[in-house]
Formats: sequence, C-alpha cells, structure tokens
Amino acid sequence: MSSVVDKKATLPEETRLPLSFTKRPKHPATRAYGIFRVAALVVIVLTFLAPLVWMVLSSLKTNVDIYDPSAAFVFSPTLQNYETVFGQASYLQYIFNSFWIGVWSTLLSMILGVPAAYSMSRFVMKKSAALVLMARIIPGVSLLVPWYFVFSNLGLVGGYGVLILSHMFVLMPLFVFIMISFFDSLPLELEEQGQVDGLTPIGAFFRIALPLSVPGVATASILSFIFSWNNFMFALVLSGSSTKTLPVAIFDFVAYASIDWGGLMAAAVVITVPIMIIALFTQKYIVSGLTAGATKG
Amino acid sequence: MSTVANRTSSPAAVGTSHKNGRKKRPLDGFSRWANKHRKWVLAAPAMVFTALLIAFPLGWTLYLSLTDSSGSVRADSEFIGLENYGEVLTDFDRFWPAVGRTVYFTGGALAFEMALGMAIALLLWRPFRGEKWVRVAILLPLVATPVAVGMMWSLILDPNIGFANQALSWFGIPAQPWLAGQDTALTTLMFVDIWQWTPMVVLILLAGLTSLSDEPDEAARVDGASAWQRFWYVTFPLVMPVFITAILLRGIDALKTFDILYATKGKGGGSFHEVETLNVYAYGLSFDYNDYGMSSAVLIIFFMMIVGCIWLLTARKKRSNR
Repeated sequence: MSSVVDKKATLPEETRLPLSFTKRPKHPATRAYGIFRVAALVVIVLTFLAPLVWMVLSSLKTNVDIYDPSAAFVFSPTLQNYETVFGQASYLQYIFNSFWIGVWSTLLSMILGVPAAYSMSRFVMKKSAALVLMARIIPGVSLLVPWYFVFSNLGLVGGYGVLILSHMFVLMPLFVFIMISFFDSLPLELEEQGQVDGLTPIGAFFRIALPLSVPGVATASILSFIFSWNNFMFALVLSGSSTKTLPVAIFDFVAYASIDWGGLMAAAVVITVPIMIIALFTQKYIVSGLTAGATKG
Repeated sequence: MSTVANRTSSPAAVGTSHKNGRKKRPLDGFSRWANKHRKWVLAAPAMVFTALLIAFPLGWTLYLSLTDSSGSVRADSEFIGLENYGEVLTDFDRFWPAVGRTVYFTGGALAFEMALGMAIALLLWRPFRGEKWVRVAILLPLVATPVAVGMMWSLILDPNIGFANQALSWFGIPAQPWLAGQDTALTTLMFVDIWQWTPMVVLILLAGLTSLSDEPDEAARVDGASAWQRFWYVTFPLVMPVFITAILLRGIDALKTFDILYATKGKGGGSFHEVETLNVYAYGLSFDYNDYGMSSAVLIIFFMMIVGCIWLLTARKKRSNR
C-alpha cells in the first residue's frame, strides 16, 4: 500500500489541519499562471478533439471536396458516404456482430470473473490473481497461433463462439482486476452480519456482497464491452466473412478498392461514435475502471 | 494489490451458527461442501478458463517454437530443438531491426506520454470552471477504436490531400511525407499512439494526485519552496508509486501495439518493413507466411523481454514504496 495513504490514516487526529483551513481556497494562483493555464487547456482540448471533428467533417464530404483544400471547412454536406456504408458495405451486419460478440463475451466474463474476484479478494489469493492477470501481459499473437490450430481443426474458426471465447480472454482478467479492487474496499462486516443472521458464506456473497457491488460490475461491464468492440487482432484471424466485426470490416474497406476516403471516414464514424456516446454518459464509471487499483500500492 | 492481512471470516461460522430469526434449514451435502470449499468453488471456473485459454496455448507455443511447423496447421512437423531460436537471434535482417523499432516506439511513446500526462494532470489537479468539458475531451480519444483512429490519421496525414500538410503550408513549412515516408512512418505512428493514450496516463496520475493529502505541499509552501521545488521534491516523490504503475500499464500495452501499425501500414509493416515491430513481425510470420515454428520462437523471446521489463519496473516500484 502506498506510503501516502498509510501516513494519512495513521496521523493522530490533532495533528491534522482544521477542516475550515484546508478547504479554504488558499494562495490564489498568480494572474500570469491563470492565463497560461487557460491557454494550455484550450490547446489540450483542441489537440484531442480536432482530429475527431475532422473525421466527422470528412465523412460528410463528397470525395471531390475531400481532395479540395479550399473546401476544408466550407462545403455542402452530404450523407452519400453513409449510404455507401450501410448499403453496399452491409455494415448493419457488422454492427450486429460487434454488438453480439461484445454482449456475450462481457456477460460470460462477468459470470466467471466476479465470483473469482470475490474469492481472490476475501482470501487474498495473490498467486491465483497473478495467474489471471498474466493475460494482460501475454502478447495476443502467442495465444492466437495455438487457438488457430485447435479451432481450425475443430472447424470452429469463423463462428461466433470462437470470437466470444477469444474476447473473453481479454475481458475476464479485466473483470477480475477491477472487481478485486472493488471487493477490497467493501467492508467485511456486512457479510459477517449476514452470516450471523443465518446466511451461508456463499449466500452472503450472493445476497449481500453482490447487490452492493453493482457499481463495480457496471464499471467493469462498460469497459469490457468497449474493449471487445475495439478489439481487432483476434477477429482479424478468427472471424469469417459473415461474423466479421467492425474493426475488421473497416480494415477491409482499405484493403480492397482504391481508398474511398469519404466512405472510410463514414465507417470510422459509425464505429467510434456509438462508443463515444456510451463513454459520455458513463464517464464516471470508465474513469474509475481505468484507474482501478492504480492508486493502491 | 491489497496487502491487507487475511480477511477470511472465522471458518467456525460455516453452515452451523444459524442463531437468529431466519428459517433454520439444514444444509444438504452439496451446499455444505460448496460453502466449506468456497474459496476454490468461486475461483475455479475462472482459473480453469485461464489455464485452458492461456497456460495451455503458451505451452503449445513453447513446443511449436522447437519444431519446424509451417504451411498448414494440419501438416506434420519435426522437432528441431533450438534451431529456430538460433535462426531468429542471428537474423539481422528482420528480427533485430524489429527489436530496435519496438524499443524505439515503446520508449518514445512512453517518454512523451508520461511527461505530457504528468503536465496535463497537474494542470487539471486543482478544480476550475469547465473542468467537466476538458475531461470529456480527454476521454474521447481513449475510447475510440484504434483501427478507426489509424484510418482517421491516415487521412489527416495523407501527404497530398491531408489537412496536416495544408496547415503546415500556412506557416511556410514544406510538406512532410508522414506515414508514407520510410524514415518518418514509425515516428508518426508513435505520435498517433501518444495522441490516443496520453489521456490514460492523465487519468491514472490525476487519480493519484487527488488521493494525496494537502499537508506536505502546504508545509513546503510555508517553507518558501518554489512551485517547481514543491513539485519535484514533494508532489512527484509522493505520486511515484502511481507514476510507476502508469508506466507499467502503458508500457505493456505500447510494447504490444498492433492495431494502428497493421491498420495503417498493412502486412509486414509497410513495403520496407518500416513499422514492423516484434508483434507485427510475429503476426506476419504466423498468419501472412504461416511459419508457425519461427513465429513461436519470436513470440517466446518477445514474451521473455516483456516479463524482464516488468520485473525491473516492479523491483523499482517496491523500492520507492519503502
């Protein structure tokens, strides 16, 4: 555990500053720093947003306008690129594939990962947790080769099942990782009280710990759906033409014809915007999930 | 991970002490067994899954690396010992340049991401108006699909029609080849990686900074320390454990970067292998050339390199935790 947290916790009460003092806005930043800070923040926001805005703008241009520098910002918007994406390129199928695989791999990872994380947190199973978290450091390719051997001999390559399994390999450790740090922060007393009241230990998990861990499960689920949606390499090898996920579909968009930039950008918008909208509404969860465990020792 | 001591409730409570209100129901054999061994009953499914999908494939990769397996997955292969490793380690044409590119890409991306991430996290540390909007802007690149991000930057950085060169021309700077240049492609992709993943570092460091207590900073201020001194001698050492965690998380992912490299440059990392890192090289050997034996050897070496880096960093982290 980090020394900071320890010190703070063990500090005797009287040595802490009175609340009124610490809360008071102190040492107002100098004017020059204030101006610098605003300017820096504007630059940061522009740097992160401008490319995304450019992607959306380009998706609304004809290819003639994309090639014309004078039409960078002033052009007559068109939806024809989206017609290409949903018409010729049958993206509805790929959206469904990505969605279906994301939902199932998230659900199954949850069923496997949450009880395991509970056990690993309550019994402090460090070695077992380390084994599951190994999945984070292994390069995906080194697993893809044997999977490909096994699944192609079983004739399963190209089906949804294989894709769901392969995505679970990334998502299950994510669940374990986030939920361990969540259960660590959940007081043990509640479950003990439940056991005093006649629940079995497993009953206490299902009836007390699980309902209390809904925010943690939500965090892990949102992140794991996003990770599945964004995954490229596994689907690149293991998907068939009808089970292609969006990242593979957009990759093929380039591989085949000479580049249709407008269509490509429309496809990129179709794949990124849903996930960004989810992120906007679940910002709090995503941030807590991404930083789970990072601030502990 | 938590270092809290054993948190197990007393085992005496298992299945026996139904003192109060609830209906007392004797446990059948299975529930009694399951509750007694709940540690493993709850953890086993995940562990078995991990073993099947990770430990077993890893073992198989290790075995394949000792054979001449290639062509079809059904083809016979022969055990050839360490020959693949010898071939890989003396391959100055593809393997060692790929190692160099991996180190360059990861090192460069990490250095920029940590420095920029720290700077941005410090800017966002103290509350201000409009904080929410800045945080949204930071979150969006992070959740965007890497392949789509690669495509987006391919258009922006296109040497002829891209907005990047157009913007440079306003300042009289000559057009750059960006992704199309043999020497510039890898560095360009490094900056795409920095664009996408600096926000991750910001979020982690910000979480670390907000969990700090104000007192040390306050004390240093009372002692007359300058802003830089307070950061370097007070704040930075205090967030060091979080900083190293961020390096660890980002470093592992940067080493394994595949999506943006393969999506923008395609097979073999471009026609001159200019962005071929170890991961792209191993993928190409496996699935573009079906040379499974060689690729397995590359992967095992790559894996050992990753583990080595992690070991070095965690050793450092333990020291700074003391």
